[in-house]
Amino acid sequence: MTATSGPGFSLMQEGIGYAVMTETPLVIVNVMRVGPATGQATKPAQGDLMQSRWGRHGDQVIPVLAPESPQEAFELTVKAFAIAEELRVPVILLSDEIIAHMREVIELPNYESIKIPDRRKPMSIDETPFGSKDPRIAPPMPSLGEGYYVLVTGSTHNEWGYRDTRSFETHYKLLKRLWNKVWLNINRIFEYEAYHVDDADVGFVAFGSTARSVKMAVKILKEKGVKAGFVRLKTLWPLDLKPIRNLCGVCKVVIVPELSLGQLVLDVERANEGNAKVIRYGKIGGGELIYPRELVKIALEEVKS
Amino acid sequence: MREETLPTDFCPGCFNGILINALTKTFFELGIADLRNYVFVSGIGCSSWIPSPYIKADSLHTLHGRAIPVATGVKLARPDLEVIVIGGDGDLASIGLGHLIHAARRNMDLLVILVNNYVYGMTGGQMSPTTPIGLVTTTTPYGSFELPINICKLIASTNANYVARWTIAHFINLKNSIKDALSKYRRGFRFIEVVAPCVTYVARRLGKSAGNIIKELLKLGIKIKDLNDLDKYSREGKIGIGILKAEDKPGYVELYREYVKRGDSCERTT
Repeated sequence: MTATSGPGFSLMQEGIGYAVMTETPLVIVNVMRVGPATGQATKPAQGDLMQSRWGRHGDQVIPVLAPESPQEAFELTVKAFAIAEELRVPVILLSDEIIAHMREVIELPNYESIKIPDRRKPMSIDETPFGSKDPRIAPPMPSLGEGYYVLVTGSTHNEWGYRDTRSFETHYKLLKRLWNKVWLNINRIFEYEAYHVDDADVGFVAFGSTARSVKMAVKILKEKGVKAGFVRLKTLWPLDLKPIRNLCGVCKVVIVPELSLGQLVLDVERANEGNAKVIRYGKIGGGELIYPRELVKIALEEVKS
Repeated sequence: MREETLPTDFCPGCFNGILINALTKTFFELGIADLRNYVFVSGIGCSSWIPSPYIKADSLHTLHGRAIPVATGVKLARPDLEVIVIGGDGDLASIGLGHLIHAARRNMDLLVILVNNYVYGMTGGQMSPTTPIGLVTTTTPYGSFELPINICKLIASTNANYVARWTIAHFINLKNSIKDALSKYRRGFRFIEVVAPCVTYVARRLGKSAGNIIKELLKLGIKIKDLNDLDKYSREGKIGIGILKAEDKPGYVELYREYVKRGDSCERTT
């Protein structure tokens, strides 16, 4: 496990790509700050969403989890380790400065009750360390110094780890397996929270610290008699569009607040089948967060018009 | 050796094969047939292909310049394993130079073999930090004018235990050096530079065969103590060979264990 913020995350991209290719279990915490470049240190932002998904060169898919509170930061860290070990994949815990500097009471479970799956080792020398018959299951991971003579390489390799930098078949087979390993396990990885999404007129889609403002805004709107609901994404990648699509199908207006100029909103626009009006609301820099009253104001304006 | 991987992917006449020979002879003389207690780590480049996949041992073929951080991680996770790093000048002495110096500074328990072929061979023979002055490369068509780095002198100035330089022509010395670094000096940072000019991008441009280069290296290699100033070795075309440093100080792993003990003897606050 390693933790970083902004510029450090950019520097780590090459290593994350290597971890994808070599199927190395890894958890990376990125506490988002204002960028690009040095930007504004210690000021909150949510601009690394797309970088977490696609920051490396080449095709790949890695799970990205986003907590909204210190309690959930703990829970999702446990989950991140479980997924990383089970699927042999790097997992990104995408937090932001507001969550990272937040102090809240958290409840920790018994240490014994935390279950992280054991890393599966090959049962025999004949089991392939980089290939599996069932694409949903990660191949076993041999340890060094135990006589497996394992070949680990960031180059395209066959199921035994032998480098093959020429053939189409080897590369397609490897990449397709790495891709399927995560996408076919989307039910295991994807989590979200939905509130009053069945009869809402105004909907919100958010993640991380912004979702806390959304919750407050929805509460205020209810008090004012506006039917409001939200979808909060706990998993940002791989993304199941269904909950967002359902929300867009019900609501007249879907507001997407985020501490960026618009990244999550692209997914909402993609999920929207033309029914809802998607409004992006981005705020960046200076340590400013999105206040519930701002969201309430936009929602009320939209409902009136 | 993984015999199914032969013949190698190296150019005809490439000196990397001689280094593979030196390594296998070393293990043969040490009486080690099974390399399960050895881990090879390499970065990117021609010489990084020496352990992966040709040597039958656990091997990690990592990112450009990052062999030493990975090797450091392996050594700290599994101090019982002997970790050997093989890389080129374009890997360890350029993009990975920061890692190299700090591993040497810590006296990290690694054996690092740097194959100095004077150029970036895999990418087409561009100038590298060790290219001698005047050498024609892809990026210096009128001859290199940049002052090269004396990597052995640099590492010798840190806390490294063992530093030696040989050319690929001094096969027996090279083999004995590797043997010493794996038997007599088994701890701390051990660094061996092997001068092995790229056959394709150095020798061919000079109009010389691999055999001629070997003959020349034998003449150019002069014992370090006979060279007054090491910095001039590349300028004058002479190559200072020999053992620059051979000590047996405790390495990082031992120092780290001592440090952990210090923590254990303190009362814990939680």
